[in-house]
Amino acid sequence: MSAIANYLLHLADNAVVLGQRNAEWCGHGPVIEEDIALANVSLDLIGQARMLYQQAATELGGDATEDRLAYFRDVPDFRNYTLLELPHHGALVGYAKSDLDYGTTIARNFLYSALMVLVWEQLQQSKDEQLAAIAAKSLKEVRYHLRHSRDWLVRLGDGTDESHVRVQAALDHLMPYTQEFWTGSSMEAAAVAAGVGVDVAALKSDWDQLVDDALLEATLQRPKGEGYVTQGKNGLHSEHLGFLLSEMQGLARSHPTATW
Amino acid sequence: MSAVVPTDAVQAAWIALDVLTDPEIPVVSLRELGILRDVRLGADGLEVVITPTYSGCPAMGQIEDDVRATLQAAGLQGRVITQLAPAWTTDWMTDEAQEKLRAYGIAPPQNRCASHPPTGESPLRFVRQAARPEVVPCPHCGSSHTVESSHFGSTACKALYKCLDCQEPFDYFKPY
Repeated sequence: MSAIANYLLHLADNAVVLGQRNAEWCGHGPVIEEDIALANVSLDLIGQARMLYQQAATELGGDATEDRLAYFRDVPDFRNYTLLELPHHGALVGYAKSDLDYGTTIARNFLYSALMVLVWEQLQQSKDEQLAAIAAKSLKEVRYHLRHSRDWLVRLGDGTDESHVRVQAALDHLMPYTQEFWTGSSMEAAAVAAGVGVDVAALKSDWDQLVDDALLEATLQRPKGEGYVTQGKNGLHSEHLGFLLSEMQGLARSHPTATW
Repeated sequence: MSAVVPTDAVQAAWIALDVLTDPEIPVVSLRELGILRDVRLGADGLEVVITPTYSGCPAMGQIEDDVRATLQAAGLQGRVITQLAPAWTTDWMTDEAQEKLRAYGIAPPQNRCASHPPTGESPLRFVRQAARPEVVPCPHCGSSHTVESSHFGSTACKALYKCLDCQEPFDYFKPY
């Protein structure tokens, strides 16, 4: 597979997996405004994923289509960051709807949006014209996602005793997964060498600044974020991605020739 | 398609397409919103260029179908091209469209969009841009005494506001 196709799939998988996760709040939001907000964020992410999958399908040729890429690939084929496939709760709770934790949702959206604002900014200069065009659109959207998640991070962190404790616990749980952003991969190195990708490790100090500013305002402590470095972008996922994909892909696989 | 397209087909298409409105905001036309970018003669005949607003906007499919049906109804043959760059921005919205939005009860975008072109000159900022609260006048009573009640509203392009004077809630078309 070409460097550009591989890289487009990484970006697309990130967007579709987080889009699918956030959509779990649809009908279950803590307040109606946030229910709508998360559905809107998902809509943007799935829209970005569609453009990226369409471009990947063009690169791949043959019978590749956006739907085949989203619905007919299995867990090891997905190249998303592990962070994005985790359920909306800490490490040791189950899957019941009552376990959904908004602090985890907000902390994750914040950590990822802060990264993607920087990534899309750089990708506007990608040698791949279509990717540069997608980046320019996505940047506008992710800036707004960052504003939304940052506002809520501050509100929860600098809120009640309980909201502070819960959002701090969410950060403590999620921060180690952000190590995957900065750890190189052959897929990204090939895209950078071809002039189409961005060297994510070079964005770390800007990301640190965005995160530290927000945490200070939110009266939260920055966890060290150490330990095992996840490898979702290399196709090695947590146990959670399979459940997410089975829900997302079930309809398309049961009725592979169905049309709207 | 080898049929020769008369040059006034472009003009005819512009006129026919001018009646098309946004499926979600039926008071403004696609041209006024900046979604309908161009009508031109390509190698294969008439080409209508549209650009998506938000990446996931579900209205885009409808818009494409509407354009096709309108061309057909006007007896014109042509194809629809979806073009991503330059990315759509609310800065392209005409003054006319802004006024129509306001009359319809949607506050039009207040600021020019924050994003800048990827290349070319841009102003050098010596002070960090503070989070400047946007003043969004109420489309019902004109008061500037309004608050944002939700970042997201009924569609991807809008936020939800409330007027503290007339107490009416309203949609705000966000700068994008």
